[in-house]
Amino acid sequence: MTSENTPLIRVCNLRKYFPGSHSGIFPHRANVVKAVDNVNFTINKGETLGLVGESGCGKTTVGRMLLYLDKPTSGNVFFADVNINEVSSSELRKLRRRMQMIFQDPYASLNPRMTVGSIIATPLEVHKIAQGKEKYERVQELINMVGLNTEFITRYPHEFSGGQRQRIGIARAIALNPDFIVCDEPVSSLDVSIQAQIVNLLEELQNKLRLTYLFIAHDLSMVRHISDRVAVMYLGKIVELADKNGIFVNPLHPYTQALISAVPIPDPDLARTRKRIILKGEIPNPSNPPIGCNFNTRCPITTENCFSTEPKFIELEPSHWVACHRITKH
Amino acid sequence: MKTLLQINDLRVRFYTEAGVVNAVNGISYKLEPGETLGVVGESGCGKSVHALSILRLIQVPPGKIETGEIWFNGVDLLKLTEGEMRKIRGAEIAMVFQDPMTSLNPVFTVGHQINEALTLHQGMTYKDARKKSEDLLTLVGIPAAKQRLGDFPHQFSGGMRQRVMLAMAISCNPKLLIADEPTTALDVTIQAQIVDLVKDLQNELGITIIWISHDLGVIAELATYVNVMYAGYIVERGSVNDVLKHPKHPYTIGLLGSLPRLNEAPGTTLISIPGIPPDLLKIPQGCPFAIRCNRQLDQCYAKIPSLTSTENDMHTVACWNWDHID
Repeated sequence: MTSENTPLIRVCNLRKYFPGSHSGIFPHRANVVKAVDNVNFTINKGETLGLVGESGCGKTTVGRMLLYLDKPTSGNVFFADVNINEVSSSELRKLRRRMQMIFQDPYASLNPRMTVGSIIATPLEVHKIAQGKEKYERVQELINMVGLNTEFITRYPHEFSGGQRQRIGIARAIALNPDFIVCDEPVSSLDVSIQAQIVNLLEELQNKLRLTYLFIAHDLSMVRHISDRVAVMYLGKIVELADKNGIFVNPLHPYTQALISAVPIPDPDLARTRKRIILKGEIPNPSNPPIGCNFNTRCPITTENCFSTEPKFIELEPSHWVACHRITKH
Repeated sequence: MKTLLQINDLRVRFYTEAGVVNAVNGISYKLEPGETLGVVGESGCGKSVHALSILRLIQVPPGKIETGEIWFNGVDLLKLTEGEMRKIRGAEIAMVFQDPMTSLNPVFTVGHQINEALTLHQGMTYKDARKKSEDLLTLVGIPAAKQRLGDFPHQFSGGMRQRVMLAMAISCNPKLLIADEPTTALDVTIQAQIVDLVKDLQNELGITIIWISHDLGVIAELATYVNVMYAGYIVERGSVNDVLKHPKHPYTIGLLGSLPRLNEAPGTTLISIPGIPPDLLKIPQGCPFAIRCNRQLDQCYAKIPSLTSTENDMHTVACWNWDHID
């Protein structure tokens, strides 16, 4: 890949706390949900950082905060060395040209009353990039780039299948020639044979347009396929971050190990012989996380320390970060 | 041993305002006791409709079972009266659905819902049923079963609800359990727990299972036989080894090729299947996969291939050109 080791995105001590549910009878007693709690990472130019974790671990919230779609409770996000939490709204708007998002649900993320052409043209109009014939030509070019037919420009989203809709969403995201795209589970609602088409398209566009991706997903095989580096989240925290081989060949954190061993492999021999770590219990309620290491309720290797102090996120091996008391330097 | 389930030429259609949906287009297969049949295919391939037809849970209208026989334990289910069918549902054939929140009744306690099947089908007294429900919840790995019987479905997490559904499904010792994407809505670590539980239950109770999924990985872990479905047809059928390790139908090959593997070499490009599945309102003439296929012949557009044996009698494939070598 084309990583040049210059960070495009730098995330420092990022936190997002949501106030507890107000629907109850006693709203004031509700606990704060720490959706994202002290997250640090960088994304280099041209690389794909995979962000994996189970539902509710905060991965989507991280993605939204990188684009300032959600305001962080504390912490900073630097985009090309500009702190996006501190810039003025007009400057933020300019920066937004360079960062885009592809959403999970291609049914909910396209306006049903707009034609495909106007959906793709909207970012060009909002940012006053192109008008008239120029705009029309750009839309045609974009629609070809994502593998759709230019005849589709006048049609409406409901006429398309999930995979085709996701292509429309991708065309919209690349319309402004962005540097960075947050792909929030872009293939998880699609059928298997269509998933591969979309992933291949994302990879092709990355090479062509030198894009940087944050690829959020819960499918580990897919993340391994597309990512250069991978961050594993659990209950609002990153528990391990390394390049793809570090995570998949030499996983250090017990959660990462369990997650990888839980992935079903479509090979009957392997499926029957490989050793699996089956985690007990479920993800704790994020409004009432365990004290100490937040994985301690399910971890197979806990010690006393794990129930009292929170493990630090440290670089145990070069570029391999992990937060666990039990894993120490060899 | 006697065949447990035999389906002959099952055809199911839905008469909708938009037209006639050809959901299941003449499928036939046999299932022996103790087997686990994996049914794979993408959305709209007819895998759920075929399962619902076995239990006669297709809504009529718009749905209609046009032709076919479903022999279960020597009885053709399609010829039974609704009253006779009701005695089979839940007692002899049980089903677990994809979404455990919508398939449990939110206004009754979990205990009440498990008891219902036991008192209805097995004529148990309330007290006996309560005891049995507690045992069942313990069997499916729910801690503090006695207390949890009094809880409502919303007090359980997704994985726990699916355990409750499994407890309910096995409560009357069914001969056949149909599981329709039971782990699709769950996280991967919870999915692993449920798959493990089902394997244990199968070893303990020797139950026959039809497991419907789009996830070939889960199928590889559980199934003994696999039916691959496409556009309402079974396009390939065989042992799990034959189908997943030596696939013959270009669709199965494409499906396996489009999956990223945890052990793939770096720089691998996924082999995607071009195009999209056909519209079930107007399935093209000939093989339904022909337009997406990379080895089609002229005859593929003229006539539908039927399942024929490959080198191995137990491994059948519906393709005119299955022995083609690229």
